Amino acid sequence: MRVVVDTGNHIAALAAKLAKPDVIAAYPITPQTTIVEKIAEYVAKGEFSGDYICVESEHSAMSACIGASAAGARTFTATSAHGLLLMHEMLHWAALARLPIVMVNVNRAIGPGWTIWSDQNDSMAQRDTGWIQIYCSSNQEIFDSIIQAFKLAEHKDVQLPVMVCYDGFILSHTSMPVKVPEQEEIDDFLPKREPAWILDPENPVTHGNIIMPKDYPSIRKAMQDAQENAKKLIPEIAEEWKERFGTYHGDLIEKYRCEDADYIIMSYAALGAESKVVIDMLRKKGKKVGLARLRVFRPFPSEDILSLAENADLIVIDRSISIGFEGPLFTEVKSCLYGKSDAKVYGFIAGLGGKDVRYTDIGKIVDRVIERKQDGVLWYDVEGGK
Amino acid sequence: MSLKDLPKDEYLLPGSAACPGCPATIGLRTVLKALGKKTILVVPACCTAVIESWYPNSSFNVPLLNIAFEASGATASGIVSALKQKGRDDINVVVWAGDGGTYDIGIQAMSGAFERGTDFIYICYNNQIYSNTGIQRSGATPYGAWTTTTVGGKGEFPKDMGAIVRAHHIPYAASACISYPEDLYNKVRKAKEIKGPKYIEVLTPCPPGWRFPMDRTVEMGRLAVETGVWPLYEYENEEMTFNGISRAIFEGKYKRKPVEDWLKLQGRFSHLFKPKRDEERIKRFEKFVDDMWERFRKEFG
Repeated sequence: MRVVVDTGNHIAALAAKLAKPDVIAAYPITPQTTIVEKIAEYVAKGEFSGDYICVESEHSAMSACIGASAAGARTFTATSAHGLLLMHEMLHWAALARLPIVMVNVNRAIGPGWTIWSDQNDSMAQRDTGWIQIYCSSNQEIFDSIIQAFKLAEHKDVQLPVMVCYDGFILSHTSMPVKVPEQEEIDDFLPKREPAWILDPENPVTHGNIIMPKDYPSIRKAMQDAQENAKKLIPEIAEEWKERFGTYHGDLIEKYRCEDADYIIMSYAALGAESKVVIDMLRKKGKKVGLARLRVFRPFPSEDILSLAENADLIVIDRSISIGFEGPLFTEVKSCLYGKSDAKVYGFIAGLGGKDVRYTDIGKIVDRVIERKQDGVLWYDVEGGK
Repeated sequence: MSLKDLPKDEYLLPGSAACPGCPATIGLRTVLKALGKKTILVVPACCTAVIESWYPNSSFNVPLLNIAFEASGATASGIVSALKQKGRDDINVVVWAGDGGTYDIGIQAMSGAFERGTDFIYICYNNQIYSNTGIQRSGATPYGAWTTTTVGGKGEFPKDMGAIVRAHHIPYAASACISYPEDLYNKVRKAKEIKGPKYIEVLTPCPPGWRFPMDRTVEMGRLAVETGVWPLYEYENEEMTFNGISRAIFEGKYKRKPVEDWLKLQGRFSHLFKPKRDEERIKRFEKFVDDMWERFRKEFG
């Protein structure tokens, strides 16, 4: 075990290298670029022996990963924002083909106007692709989640791709100390991939041909079952990692001072980390507030949220919006409580396009809830917002 | 190599879901005989996705990965990389894509794979239309041809895909036609032995798409070559060689049949002849073919 101080992106590249993928295919996009550059450096120094395919688009990056994964390779890619949106068709393809590809998405808001700063609209728009989604709030969590993602994706009861997301610049370009296990220790934690199916001339299968309506629903059902299996496996894998390497970030949700809370802030990614800072401050003022930082958006941790809502009202802060409705986490939290809980749920939109949200801002959001108890879509720090 | 000497092995099995008279199945039989068992096929959206028949059945006896319409070239790159990592250099990775998936929506991924030097064979079976979706125009559809999206006849000429591919300076590019299976077989065999990206385009006359009787598929391909509409060639290490009748045409030893002989037999061009002859459009079509051969002579003569 050694401690490396580096940016979120370099830590992601290091984690990808230590997971020993056979094939990496990627296309550069800000703020993901320093990942692909770092991997190129590994290749040049002979530190990465897999194949590195510099493709001509993100659509092709995912297509190349699909081809490689179907031929039995462990595969990795990384992207951001418009790159992720261009991949959208192939994200569905990878998940339906049950290929355990691991991808980093460095969250970036969508243009126009051109923006390179963070929000989660890019990955939230991929909610229904069948991918498992993990949101990180520190560089250590990025490292740990990427290696764990391979183990999860390749598990025989999952066989689904995993997207590891974190905020552009806030994490991607910020250095933090990260505990990094030795290669042998990683190898021991993450054995070689055993594919569920493979393109093999000795056993010629036709994959993905026409499927009749009577058969199609069952392949969707199998994906749903796999996500349910992932819900059980994510905590197990995180626990195993903690035992081996000592670092831990929560299971599906990281909970902080929730036990006796009257209000629980729910958020994800960097905003989730920022919220943690404010809890102690509020507690000192006698306000019983806790934090539930969602690490995993798919599979959605409904049961955990239901138990959080037993004794507390929930304040959901989305750095993302489903235009025409409300924040995606806000919607889903209410949905899983429907008919089962009397908890009040408040939803705020904050920090879109990288607009700074400080811990003091989160404190103000909590105060507004306690004082005004407003309903509807609440925009924080936006002209015309409630 | 004569037809009767082709291997007896069949990798396209009986009971496929192809239309009667389908040229793609003739092409697939021939191509797969040349490729042999150690082959992985990548098939984007196209007629072959239907020819495969439906899950859980398959008419293919080699592993086949269906992929999205525009994704073949990149998918092949991924497979080749994976096989390389496994130390398998004995498996042919072959894209089998239609003209829509090649000339139009798939051109970027194909171009990328060529530029990267992916060791694979890209075969475009060109029936000059989006036939699987019901006969719409593509970038390969000839001038004047009726399709469901060019109801009065297409107003534009097709792309010069041969020139586009040659501009990538890949080691091998060839043009073939299902009506000349020995020629097609030899080209695939040759491509198999060459490292790097290979491109073979195969003309596949489509009875429902071109509007001709299903027993005249082979004849329609032959006429395309004899009229000079479809040249047969190999472009190897930057050297052009025309094959068969195309060679004789190139060398001026064979007088091309009038293009009309080919046009007249196809319902998709019937509006050029009925109710009255459209001299202007027929002439423009002729001139397009003349110009093509003139360009060949200038460039390769």
